[in-house]
Amino acid sequence: MTTLPAVTPAAERSAVTTAADRPGRGRRRSGTPYAFLAPALVLFTAFLGAPVVYAGYLSLRRVKVSGLGLGRGSRVEQWAGLSNYTRVLTDSEFLPSVGRIALYGLIVVPLMLGGALLMALLIDAGRSRAGRFARTAIFLPYAVPAVIASLLWGFLYLPRISPISDVLNGAGLSAPNVFSSSWVLYAVANIAIWGGMGFNMIVLYTALRTIPGELSEAARIDGASDVQIALRIKIPVILPSLIMTFVFSLIATLQVFAEPMTLRPLANTISATWTPLMMVYRDAFIRNDIHAAAATSVVIAVATFALSFGFLKLVGSRAFRQED
Amino acid sequence: MRKAIGGALAASLLLLAAGCSGSDDDSGGTAGGGKVELTYWSWAPNMDKVVEGWNAGHPGIHVTVNKQDGGDPAVTKLLTAIKAGSGAPDVMQAEYQKIPTLVSADAIADIAADAGGLKAKFPDSAWNAVTLGSESVYGVPQDSGPMMFYYRADVFEKLSISPPATWDQYADAARKIHSANKKQYLGTFSANDPGWFAGLAQQAGASWWGVQGDSWTVTINDAATQKVAGYWGGLVQEGVIANTPMYTPDWNAALNDGTQVGWLSAVWAPGVLEGNAASTKGKWKVAALPQWDPAKPASGNWGGSATSVTTQSKHKKQAVEFITWLNTDPAALKALAGTANIYPAATEATSTALTAPPAFFAGQQDFYAIAAEAGKVTNPFTYGPNVNVAYSAYNDAFGKAAEAEQSAAFTAALGTMQTTTVSDMKTAGFKVAG
Repeated sequence: MTTLPAVTPAAERSAVTTAADRPGRGRRRSGTPYAFLAPALVLFTAFLGAPVVYAGYLSLRRVKVSGLGLGRGSRVEQWAGLSNYTRVLTDSEFLPSVGRIALYGLIVVPLMLGGALLMALLIDAGRSRAGRFARTAIFLPYAVPAVIASLLWGFLYLPRISPISDVLNGAGLSAPNVFSSSWVLYAVANIAIWGGMGFNMIVLYTALRTIPGELSEAARIDGASDVQIALRIKIPVILPSLIMTFVFSLIATLQVFAEPMTLRPLANTISATWTPLMMVYRDAFIRNDIHAAAATSVVIAVATFALSFGFLKLVGSRAFRQED
Repeated sequence: MRKAIGGALAASLLLLAAGCSGSDDDSGGTAGGGKVELTYWSWAPNMDKVVEGWNAGHPGIHVTVNKQDGGDPAVTKLLTAIKAGSGAPDVMQAEYQKIPTLVSADAIADIAADAGGLKAKFPDSAWNAVTLGSESVYGVPQDSGPMMFYYRADVFEKLSISPPATWDQYADAARKIHSANKKQYLGTFSANDPGWFAGLAQQAGASWWGVQGDSWTVTINDAATQKVAGYWGGLVQEGVIANTPMYTPDWNAALNDGTQVGWLSAVWAPGVLEGNAASTKGKWKVAALPQWDPAKPASGNWGGSATSVTTQSKHKKQAVEFITWLNTDPAALKALAGTANIYPAATEATSTALTAPPAFFAGQQDFYAIAAEAGKVTNPFTYGPNVNVAYSAYNDAFGKAAEAEQSAAFTAALGTMQTTTVSDMKTAGFKVAG
């Protein structure tokens, strides 16, 4: 009722400013967009496009050593065709590392998003001062850089210096060695969940805040419980945000690097090729083989691209239909 | 309109230029008056103070020290500069095991013409490391890390154990200590420290790489190393030695609270112990490494580096002059030992520069005599062009073995190291015998 008059001037304004009402300016516009786009395009080309193309080029090259490989001229760079790719894909460490992050993703993504959604719903339902504090507290770990977070958790995991194992030992329990092969995946996943839940919670909470209060009120008058409101109204409305956070989490899973890399010196169980991205690091900076590293990077990029867009295509039409 | 496009382009080009001009211009060049400017990459503490001694006495050649983070990052930086064609220093600290990699990448220069006469000033094992057993000289040895056995004298005394002279006695001591106190260990098998394991294999007589005519040999899986791997696997399987890595906060705490009561380490260990286990000061003693054959005492090296001249240097002659002074001049050796806290490789350093024991071992007057003896009996060891690959294979394969706590897994891990190393060399195109 009260919103009706507000609509009319807006509609009028938009009618006034449409291009059709301003004849004679169309021709001069041809160069303008490019001028405004130029900085972005130049920067994009220089810092994203060119490196991507260069990585692709490197992945098709190799260094060929002759004889002992000592002294000048014993190394020549040459075309390698797809041999770097076959080398990477048949590397005995590659598939296990892919399997590892698949399992890691199965642990991290549902727990992190599920937790984030639950907390966003709880805070949204409460909307109290405690909620504001909880929001900040849950978000705070996201502000801790992954390397620092891994160091913090690393200290908590090491039995001799961990206060957690002190408490457990005091209670007469023996603390499990979280760096043993059966626990280490969860140890790493825990850090990612701890660090990522807050960010996703904020995204979902912000989406929840845009839902008009009338919807919940109407539902409540119809006798819906809080759980029903959450399941039937809130979650369906914020589905696009959920999908976005899912895609972000998927990409983060494929690119997990900082946490295992930081924990590696503390444990026997995290190898140099624990995740695919660590394999890129090993090839580039430990083995000095940038060509294999480039090939692995391209493989990871293609997989990320395929998974994210494949998923969006799968759910996109359903998720975004209601917005139209 | 054209102006707008031009302005936008100019702005983005400016941004680009700002992004590209990040590299510092430190290529050696002559400053005014014919004075030669050299840059020197090193990660040794207080190296700038040592170099001040050179600059004061040599007004014609000025050296600037550029502090590095450590051996690995410095090599990565140097290889990048070599690939880029500029940006490398004139002089570079290079760990012995990195020298073949750097030579293979054409990053460090052969200085045999100017430095070939220095051979007599260094022990054979150090000189072999900078020549790779050839006629070329790829650097002047700076420091070495002869391995020794550090132990908590108070714990040994309490259990009336004498320092082990053989590896059998070491195993007995480990059993005795662990059975007296289930929380205590004489040592740990560290899957994170390939250099440590290589040193122990070197003591047993292994030399993982070698040159045979125009091809490389790789013998990581030889009988000597098998013996060492099997020995440690046995101790870990028995549970009398810990299996967690060194250089972790956990290990530091274990040294400090007396859970780790021994350390097979090198001459530089006192500095580490002082930093990690300050509360145990005065309780440690040092002895020679336990032996496989007491009749033929031997030792290995853990760590150590040379000073090399890069291929990009425009003043190689002056650079050699500087590194010769740095690593052989009595005053420089004194500064290296006293100020930079390193153990100089030069043979005469022990008699001139290292007279008093390190502060953490103030009670042991014969500290440097034991070190010198260890340095003398250190077996020669040749590193190959892909030490990094072998070392990273060590981390992974022995990490798994240490976790499995099975002796058989340790010797199998050596096989993995060998095949990984050989297949990497063959893929790259190196000629490998056998």
